[in-house]
Amino acid sequence: MEEFLVSVFKMAVPLLLCSLGTLFSEKAGTVNIGLEGSMLTGALFGVLGSYWTGSPYIGALIAMTSCVVLSLVFAFFTVTIRANQIVMGVAINTIATGLTISLNRIFLTSASVVKVNGFKSIPIPFLNKIPVIGEVLFDQTVPAYFAYILVFLTWFVYSKTDLGLRIRAVGEYPAACDTVGINVARLRYSTLLYGGIMAGLAGAYISTGQLSAFSEGMISGRGFTAYAAVIFGNFTPLGVFRSCMIFAVGMGLQYRLQAMDTPVSYYFWMMLPYIITIVALCMYRKRSNAPKYSGIPYVKG
Amino acid sequence: MNETKKNNAIFKTLKAAYYPLFALLIALILMAFIIKLMGYDPLNAYQVLFTSSIKSAYGWGETLAMAIALIFSALSFSIADRSGLINLGASGQLYMGGIAGMLVATNFEGLPSIIHIPLVLIAGGLTGAAFGAIASLLKNQFGASEVVTTMMFNYIAMHFCTYLISGPMKNPASDLAQSKSALPSAVLPLLLKGTRLHAGIFIAIAAILFYYILMYHTTVGYQMRVVGMNPKVGEYAGLKIKTNQLLAMAIAGGMAGLGGAIQATVIDVRLTIDWVGNLGFDGLAVAFLGGHSPIGIAISSVFFGLLLSSANKMEMLAKVPSSVVFLFQGIIIALIIGRRIFQLGLIAKWKSNYQNKKSEASDLLEMTRDAEKTKQDALALKQMTKKGSEE
Repeated sequence: MEEFLVSVFKMAVPLLLCSLGTLFSEKAGTVNIGLEGSMLTGALFGVLGSYWTGSPYIGALIAMTSCVVLSLVFAFFTVTIRANQIVMGVAINTIATGLTISLNRIFLTSASVVKVNGFKSIPIPFLNKIPVIGEVLFDQTVPAYFAYILVFLTWFVYSKTDLGLRIRAVGEYPAACDTVGINVARLRYSTLLYGGIMAGLAGAYISTGQLSAFSEGMISGRGFTAYAAVIFGNFTPLGVFRSCMIFAVGMGLQYRLQAMDTPVSYYFWMMLPYIITIVALCMYRKRSNAPKYSGIPYVKG
Repeated sequence: MNETKKNNAIFKTLKAAYYPLFALLIALILMAFIIKLMGYDPLNAYQVLFTSSIKSAYGWGETLAMAIALIFSALSFSIADRSGLINLGASGQLYMGGIAGMLVATNFEGLPSIIHIPLVLIAGGLTGAAFGAIASLLKNQFGASEVVTTMMFNYIAMHFCTYLISGPMKNPASDLAQSKSALPSAVLPLLLKGTRLHAGIFIAIAAILFYYILMYHTTVGYQMRVVGMNPKVGEYAGLKIKTNQLLAMAIAGGMAGLGGAIQATVIDVRLTIDWVGNLGFDGLAVAFLGGHSPIGIAISSVFFGLLLSSANKMEMLAKVPSSVVFLFQGIIIALIIGRRIFQLGLIAKWKSNYQNKKSEASDLLEMTRDAEKTKQDALALKQMTKKGSEE
């Protein structure tokens, strides 16, 4: 049981980082499916940074920086140039695929897997002595603790601050926001960059934190799942948290069931997270909280 | 008046035709810098990439063989796009079509080719169509975004295929996870000795013709385009948007499924792990470079066929990783959908605000014109449906 919970949390951390990060940009009215590519880039640069400097933390910083660059490209094309956001997301994913494979072959040999220093878990004294939960929750790495804090932080910024209100308003009616003096483009830029930073951290957590290595295409759809978690979570911080946990349970279950000798083939368990995502999207019929101007570029009049 | 209109139209088509070439040029220059940054010689890489294949019959054969698969994959994206849906599920549809085609191709020993081959194609096409239609049904029934569901279906189809070839469809004679080879009677004949260019090229050409006729010479295609351009206008004209999109998605999936069946039986001969690779998204790049037009898709599929079939040679001879082709694809897609990057004239924008306002104004003018045109379209359509019901 404990083992299962540990694996669920391992799955949940990158999802939480990524979808809580992207929640703001989604609320501001941009659809970013380039998350997959951002996470992949973050995963590579996290490993590269740790490989060069020996420190996974500097690796994570480099990962986040690389994703800032990628998000800047995305933001420029979708906000300034007003290109189709979904197709631009695909372009970012394609670019990230090509970039990571190429750089991986140049810097890290493709013949053997290069292991780098990963995040070390830092137990929190006393709290980690609580039976069952203690070991699961309070014997984690720094990004994982950060993810816990992020849940509260996101909720706070989203619903209690002026900034959160502005972000929500921009997704609802950008023209009105413009008239009252909110800079729509700047807000969308900054939320996209913030989402990119979080996706980069999530990617670094997956590569340096979990496997201590990079492999081509290692994100395998988790960026899309993070995006789906925002939709399924009805665009609210707590909803996103809940849906991330549901997806994480699905993924944890997948590994658990793979290990057990079930009559159903191993490959069907591999499909489980994707099926859960589809079912979850279908179950959520009323998306009352989705921003009205989602995916629509704003033309300053 | 008429003369200017005509001139305008000619200018517009020219503009539409030259832009992809322009984007291509920019992408090539950008890529050269990136290859240089990676520490390789871009000119050498380009020389291998673009000239090694067109010098030999073998190179041409491989290029065209690659182009066949790309055409189906691109059509799958374009057809859905025309009806206003974004089909990111070409990979999954290719997998399912390949599986179904392969099931028929490995069984029914003794059937004559003239029956066996069409059976393979039909099986692939229908399965792909069904798989594509599911995404549309989920959208219509439950409001699930087709962008996410088609993406998820890609992974599901991939794992399903891996399950089949390591279980029920596994070739018992092999240790690897792969299916049995397609029976010779089920495989389309090769056209050029020593290469993998096959008779599927005629089917691909037929598919492009089908796309052209469907979109520009049938009522259904016209309705799809209206729905894609402006669903509200479609609704106003009394069109059933959901049915229309469902049909478009089924045709799109059918195209990819057909392509999958052909690719699996002729090129790969057997199903292996991850046999589709990036084919689904390569098709997206082809569709965008071709501007979703039938002739554009034909030309850009040959171009990307050349690129993809020579990428490995480039890695061998110029040492540049073949994966830079993906980078190139991504840049091309970005430049094509972001064509305003050049129209806006960013430098000019910084220089003077006046010009910017002018371009905004012309945009507005264009938008009004478009709106008027859709309005006229809707009226014409309404009359057409009225006429139909009277008859």
